[in-house]
Amino acid sequence: MDINTVRGIATILVMLAFLGVVLWAYSSYKKKDFDEAAQLPFDDETEDEKAARVQKEEDARSNKK
Amino acid sequence: MSTATTPTAYNYKVVRQFAIMTVVWGIFGMALGVFIAAQLVWPQLSFDLPWLTFGRLRPLHTNSVIFAFGGCALFATSYYVVQRTSQARIVSDRLAAFTFWGWQAVIVSAIITLPLGLTSTKEYAELEWPIDILIAVVWISYALVFFGTIMKRKMKHIYVGNWFFGGFIVTVAVLHIVNSMAMPVSLFKSYSIYAGATDAMVQWWYGHNAVGFFLTAGFLGMMYYFVPKQAGRPIYSYRLSIVHFWALISIYIWAGPHHLHYTALPDWAQSLGMVMSLILLAPSWGGMINGMMTLSGAWHKLRTDPILRFLVVSLAFYGMSTFEGPMMAIKTVNALSHYTDWTIGHVHAGALGWVAMISIGSLYHMIPKLFGRERMHSIGMINVHFWLATVGTVLYIVSMWVNGITQGLMWRAVNVDGTLTYSFVEALEASHPGYVVRLIGGAFFLLGMFVMAWNVWQTVRQSKSTEAEAAAQMA
Repeated sequence: MDINTVRGIATILVMLAFLGVVLWAYSSYKKKDFDEAAQLPFDDETEDEKAARVQKEEDARSNKK
Repeated sequence: MSTATTPTAYNYKVVRQFAIMTVVWGIFGMALGVFIAAQLVWPQLSFDLPWLTFGRLRPLHTNSVIFAFGGCALFATSYYVVQRTSQARIVSDRLAAFTFWGWQAVIVSAIITLPLGLTSTKEYAELEWPIDILIAVVWISYALVFFGTIMKRKMKHIYVGNWFFGGFIVTVAVLHIVNSMAMPVSLFKSYSIYAGATDAMVQWWYGHNAVGFFLTAGFLGMMYYFVPKQAGRPIYSYRLSIVHFWALISIYIWAGPHHLHYTALPDWAQSLGMVMSLILLAPSWGGMINGMMTLSGAWHKLRTDPILRFLVVSLAFYGMSTFEGPMMAIKTVNALSHYTDWTIGHVHAGALGWVAMISIGSLYHMIPKLFGRERMHSIGMINVHFWLATVGTVLYIVSMWVNGITQGLMWRAVNVDGTLTYSFVEALEASHPGYVVRLIGGAFFLLGMFVMAWNVWQTVRQSKSTEAEAAAQMA
């Protein structure tokens, strides 16, 4: 096979891999998992800490408006 | 300072050790940087002593800021983040302690051997083979501790910050082992097993990925934990962070050849390196935007929180230097910028602006928590540190831009008859004011580190051992 054909195929494969990752990351069936994972830095909080943080966020939001 | 050994507590001892040493090595490495910057202004500062010459101290400066300061910051934050997001104690306290003492041994051996002139001459991999073996052993232990802790996690998911830390640990192991392959001829002398252009390519495959994985992926792991945590809200888009991770690690690995433009490296490899460097802009900026947008709708927090300001401004410098980098990788731009001070300015935009500032912000967040204090001793002093660091970085970068472009233009200027317009010394003379400004900028940054050391000392001093012990308990 001509080296340039191989290069062309490689480029297409890389593009497909990228599209695959994007489709996988943005697919609706992964949404719940990723939403859970995004909360991991806060899962070590006690109930009180969590409530205080959420309250602070809401105060800030209402101040802004 | 004792650490609770009950299985319901995190291992904070090793995190505290690495966190404190980050500050110590930061001051050491940056003070060396200021000293060698002063040597470029006043060359007589080498005092005609071989072990104080620029050529020997410069590698010690780079090794201590990258591997001692940056390395300790990465060990401290990765051990902290992996425990807290997995809600599991570190898998082996002994092995973790070994990584601490082993890493300090590596740093001390660098401090001894580099001024003596013992070097393999590979940039950012100057340490001779016995130390390289120690690095490999410590690094593999680090991987065992990190991934072992992930394996015993109580949470279902692995947080994206840990993906970045994990990618950094695995890749740095591969890079270090492949690039350090050498034939020893004596205890302190070895020769690379690669020859000629192959050796150069292996070296810059290593060198650029030391930037991409040690100085980028690892610190992005920090960013993905400490920015949301300090802002009190989750990352802007977790999905974007997944795309960010895979795109960044799969593209960075190809960018190395841009260090070898117009050399004996085959032309196609140079072009490949240039194109991959250009594509790299996309994942880099994807990550930067993801971090910045976490503050969307909460920008007012920056007014009152200097720690958050450190973290967000570090992302701004990250965005700036990851735009500058691809631009400098374009061959025609590189023809002007390469071998000039522009490169040094670019490196420090990343090293001071991004790496140091994200580490400093993370430490200010983490240190009170490690020692059971509500906050750092003085918030005002964090703000003072922030401005010293920012002004210092800007002075450094701007002076090197001016110098770099001046040098590039003077070196390439030719008369009608084809002879060079300027001698090398004329370009050097034109660079002198820039070297003075750079020295001032570096001194500002170093001064900020002393302010930090004082603040950390006061915070640790006030901590009672019962408080520190309580802080390590799992919620």
